[in-house]
Amino acid sequence: MHNNIRMRAENVDFYYSEKKTLHQITLPIYKNKVTSIIGPSGCGKSTFIRLLNRMNDLIPNTRLEGRIFLDDQNIYEPDVDVVNIRRKVGMVFQKPNPFPKSIYDNLSYGLKINGANDKHFIEDRVITSLQEAALWDEVKDRLSENALKLSGGQQQRLCIARCLSVQPEVILFDEPCASLDPISTRCIEELIEKLKENYTIVIVTHNMQQAARVSDYTAFFYIGKLIEFDITEKIFTVPKDKRTEEYVTGKFG
Amino acid sequence: MKFKTENIIKSGFGVLAFSSLLFLFGITVILFKEGLPIFKYVKLFELIGGKLWYPTYDPPDFGILPLILGTFWVTIGAMLIAVPLGIGSALYLHEIAGYRERAILKPVIELLAGIPSIVYGFFGMVILAPFLQRLLNIPIGLCLFTASFILGIMAVPTVSSLAEDALDYVPKSFREASFALGANRWQTLVKVVIPAAGSGISTAIILGVSRIVGETMTVLMVAGGAAVIPKSLFEPVRPMTATIAAEMGEAVVGSAHYHDLFGIGLILFLITLIFNMIAEMIGRRYRLKLGHGR
Amino acid sequence: MKRSTLSQGIGFTFLYLSMIIALISVGAILFFITKNGIKIISWEFLTGVPRRAMTQGGIAPALVGTFYLIIGAILFALPFGVAGAVFLTEYSPNSVVVNIIRMSINNLAGVPSVVFGLFGLSIFVRFFGFGVSILSGSLTLGIMILPGIISASQEALIAVPQSMREASLALGATQWQTIRKIVIPSALSGIFTGVILSVGRAAGETAPILFTAATFYTRGFPDSIFSEVMALPYHIYALMTEGTHPEEQTLIAYGSALVLLLLVLMISGLAIYLRQRQRRYKLA
Repeated sequence: MHNNIRMRAENVDFYYSEKKTLHQITLPIYKNKVTSIIGPSGCGKSTFIRLLNRMNDLIPNTRLEGRIFLDDQNIYEPDVDVVNIRRKVGMVFQKPNPFPKSIYDNLSYGLKINGANDKHFIEDRVITSLQEAALWDEVKDRLSENALKLSGGQQQRLCIARCLSVQPEVILFDEPCASLDPISTRCIEELIEKLKENYTIVIVTHNMQQAARVSDYTAFFYIGKLIEFDITEKIFTVPKDKRTEEYVTGKFG
Repeated sequence: MKFKTENIIKSGFGVLAFSSLLFLFGITVILFKEGLPIFKYVKLFELIGGKLWYPTYDPPDFGILPLILGTFWVTIGAMLIAVPLGIGSALYLHEIAGYRERAILKPVIELLAGIPSIVYGFFGMVILAPFLQRLLNIPIGLCLFTASFILGIMAVPTVSSLAEDALDYVPKSFREASFALGANRWQTLVKVVIPAAGSGISTAIILGVSRIVGETMTVLMVAGGAAVIPKSLFEPVRPMTATIAAEMGEAVVGSAHYHDLFGIGLILFLITLIFNMIAEMIGRRYRLKLGHGR
Repeated sequence: MKRSTLSQGIGFTFLYLSMIIALISVGAILFFITKNGIKIISWEFLTGVPRRAMTQGGIAPALVGTFYLIIGAILFALPFGVAGAVFLTEYSPNSVVVNIIRMSINNLAGVPSVVFGLFGLSIFVRFFGFGVSILSGSLTLGIMILPGIISASQEALIAVPQSMREASLALGATQWQTIRKIVIPSALSGIFTGVILSVGRAAGETAPILFTAATFYTRGFPDSIFSEVMALPYHIYALMTEGTHPEEQTLIAYGSALVLLLLVLMISGLAIYLRQRQRRYKLA
């Protein structure tokens, strides 16, 4: 595999019961780059990103054909430890979903379940992650407060910090700003740009401007098919496919 | 490694979850094992069709027809009270009562459903029976009528809560559509809501019947206890549950009497099982029909 | 007046009346039991032992017996109930197996209480040889309240948002870690409410303990789980049917009934209150 490719989907078909929702998706995810996935609702973009850390395993009666690689390992091999995959491929969800625990406990949870028990190490990681997620200054005096008391934007950054705490290699963002106000959105976009220095990032968004602002590569999905994948600039300026052009210029979707 | 432990834990939970099935199965097996030996003493027809219940006489009579009829009539009588009152109050609560009235009455009804049957039985015995005896000028207060009356009152909260659940499943849009056509609330209720909730309400009735058939302490104390086929509303009866409760303490283990009581238990069990299955089948179809999965 | 308005008026009146009649009848029961029972209730009645062939004294042994039976039933039913609920909601692959378990839970919930008594008599009292005892009675009551505990726990587990599970799994938690550290703690208050509700039910049940645990009279308090016990609901029944001094014993029965009623109403009132508060909290 090309050494600057971190993940790669190969001929992926996906079924809900008998209904095929993804058709022959083949897509590379480049290392330390931001790849955005865009497309109208129901095009399968969220389904696809949830395949990258096997989150769809939780949905009964679903089935995948094809292969998805993380480095050189097909993560859908039967003997793969799915827990290990999810440790390496973190995820931030559409709606902020902090645990109903204190801010500190939200951050230490991931470390503890992965076996960390050194207090200083945990404290260190909590602080670093909050700093990385640009939340530290706002919460440093109230770490024992319940995370649900934070504002929506702060909660989402907390979820990002929580995701960073276990030091994943790839981070998946599933429409992370869908439920946020414009200021929080801006804040999270800046954060994503900073994070790509250390992480490989995939982001699903229905907001084309957002894709244009934050991503290096863009994939356009339409009715379960990957229509076009290219450098973001090209997708938005010289798309090859007519449907991509119509979508990015706002003719539908 | 982690993989394996996870699977072990999952199987552990599976085994514990199976306990319910195991208990149900266990109950079935026990009732058959302890109940079937009665057929060494009597034939099926003599048992179910027999009009005489003198299990401790010599020679004994094991006819349980009086007991079955006792249960039957008490249940019919109780449902005549519980169904209109239960469903009426559910409709009132769900369709007419204001938000605040509902917020108070609903928990009250739930609370009343939790009153122990022994309390109803006690009340029936010391207050209601003497009262009815005087009021109606009947020879004994502890009779079919009193038992039906008290059981009916007792089942109202149960039927009411179940019927209310059924009404909850009727989508709001049904009502709105009817109002939009100019129907008033009563017309909407009778022509739209009740038909839509019909099978849900019948589930409530079936479960109510099943509950009343299995009710023990109240009938034990109030029904009068005579194991004869009643000829009028004001004669004492001895329903199946009361018979088991009253006689099991004295039956000699392993005797025909003992097996007969288990046989009655088996019949009770099968009746309620069938009722519950029917209720569940109707209920499931009902929820699907109104577009609620699971 | 329009005909349709008239029919609405009549219809609504009928529904209103059915509500009123239902409330008045139950209200009458509560009234009479309170009115007569309150005369005898005193500190001595609650803490004393029965004296003079059950015509005087208190009901303490019956209260204690009921308490033991409930504790035993919960200890037995709780692990089975919660584990069953966890399996059905968290591990449930929506399969045939799960549907069978679900069906047996529903059917178990509908088994008449006296049949549980027969089962307990045959299995615990005789087959296992526990005799008529706290142990036999607790196990019988435990099986009886099992379906209630399972449904309440299931409801509480289902109410935990799926996003909590996903957040935990996405951090590399195993399913068991997720269940133990996120799902069960979030569902705990709901499970607790279900347990209280079951306690209320178990406290008032008489038929299951008739032949498995209860006795008319004991000298003092039970000393082991293999002792027979007096129990509050059975005490009422026994006073009314086996008593020899109807006048005094009816009064004691009134007192016992009032105590039982208050006990059960308080317990289930607490559970209903907690549940409403939890639901409101979830909506907010």
